[in-house]
Amino acid sequence: MRYAMAIDTKKCVGCSDCVVACQTENNVPIGYCRDWVVEATSGTYPDLSMELRSERCNHCTNAPCVRCCPTEASHIVEGGIVLVDPDQCIGCKACIASCPYDARFVHPEGYVDKCTFCIHKVEKGEDPACVEVCPTKCMYFGDTDDPNSDISKLLKKRKWKTLIPEAGTEPNIYYLI
Amino acid sequence: MIEELIISGRMNPEIDPHLHAWPWYVPTDLFLAALVAGILIFSAFLTLHGRENEFPAAVKRAPILAPFLLGIALLLLFLDLSHKLYFWQLYTNIRWTSPLSWGAWTYLFLTPLAFIWAAIHIKTAFPNWTWPYKWIDTFIESLKGYRIWFAWAILGLSLTLGMYTGILLSAFNARPIWNSAIIGPLFLTSGLTSATAFILLNCPKGSNEKKLFCTVSLISLGVQTFLMIHLVMGYLSSDLAQVKAADLFLGGEFTTLFWILIVALGTLIPAYLHILYLKNIKIPVIVPSILIILGGFFLRYILVEAGQISHW
Repeated sequence: MRYAMAIDTKKCVGCSDCVVACQTENNVPIGYCRDWVVEATSGTYPDLSMELRSERCNHCTNAPCVRCCPTEASHIVEGGIVLVDPDQCIGCKACIASCPYDARFVHPEGYVDKCTFCIHKVEKGEDPACVEVCPTKCMYFGDTDDPNSDISKLLKKRKWKTLIPEAGTEPNIYYLI
Repeated sequence: MIEELIISGRMNPEIDPHLHAWPWYVPTDLFLAALVAGILIFSAFLTLHGRENEFPAAVKRAPILAPFLLGIALLLLFLDLSHKLYFWQLYTNIRWTSPLSWGAWTYLFLTPLAFIWAAIHIKTAFPNWTWPYKWIDTFIESLKGYRIWFAWAILGLSLTLGMYTGILLSAFNARPIWNSAIIGPLFLTSGLTSATAFILLNCPKGSNEKKLFCTVSLISLGVQTFLMIHLVMGYLSSDLAQVKAADLFLGGEFTTLFWILIVALGTLIPAYLHILYLKNIKIPVIVPSILIILGGFFLRYILVEAGQISHW
């Protein structure tokens, strides 16, 4: 089983509902974000193109944060979801420095925090909060190891990219382009 | 051209606008660890070659401060942790893929050995030294018989510690400035250079040991310069992220600090002063020594700061 998320950049309108839903669902402290929306503009005026992307931890298959963690606080659970155990985290911030996506932060209580793919919902067969709340239905979540899942079919049908593939982290967030 | 903006207003502390997770504690810890590693490497190496009496400053006097410097380094490492009460988790795991893990274990084994090494040699540094209890004196005297074994252990652990200070950074592929295999040997060499400067401060005036360590310091500065040139060459011949990262030192915001504090004051001027000293021109050795030690500190400080700014 390999959980992944696909985000349709053609449908995302950058409303940031995913950000608010995550903060509410996961009780993220005020002033912190586990996910965020990026507006990327490329080209030279007047030939410009814009892309909107909802970003978060990429739950990488080859996760540098897990490798460099000295206490096994950062670990990968079944389904490939990368988690942090607050009771094992010493707050050395090595995982923060190792993440090319800057997806982690220090929770005010001292441990390192980040997106969990809303594992408490996923375990119940539900989608993560950001996926559930998206008003344009541009986010898809599922098992890419299952060829019949919606996300697998979508990734076969559409062109996609991942962020900073040259870092070699094998991210599991796909952006449909 | 691509311009990216976070439009949902992310401002995570220590992450935005750019990474600043590791404040001055970390480069200071790395510097002190490398300095101690250098001091202990020289002391253990000369002991193993049976030249303890020829080099009293390097073998016996300089290591007296090593355990205290190591203690400060450990304290800084602890202060940097944001979840301090859980620090003991470091010693419930051995993670071979984590440089921080084997660094922590190296600290654990080296610190008591550094204290023992200092205790063995303290009477040479302070001839009037007396231990408060007779049994401590007897115990320390009995340890002297094992000093060759201690020297081997200290040599191995100090080499690991000196190398670890650089590998800790170079293991982070996410930060183009740190992602270079040269940082490990560079930090080890810089630690040895700083140690030669520290030993020079402990050498008696006009001694042969002083002259010899001046030469060793000069050679070490040469190797350090060679590695720094290759570090920059490595950046410039790599991918776009590293080419851009090198710009931080070649015209960007760290240019002045890098060239003045590390290259000029920390390397070239002390090297020149060492050459003058070796040509029997009166130079107070304290000047190049302090410059080298400060240069070693700023090398780590600037690389840690620049590394956090550099990104893919």
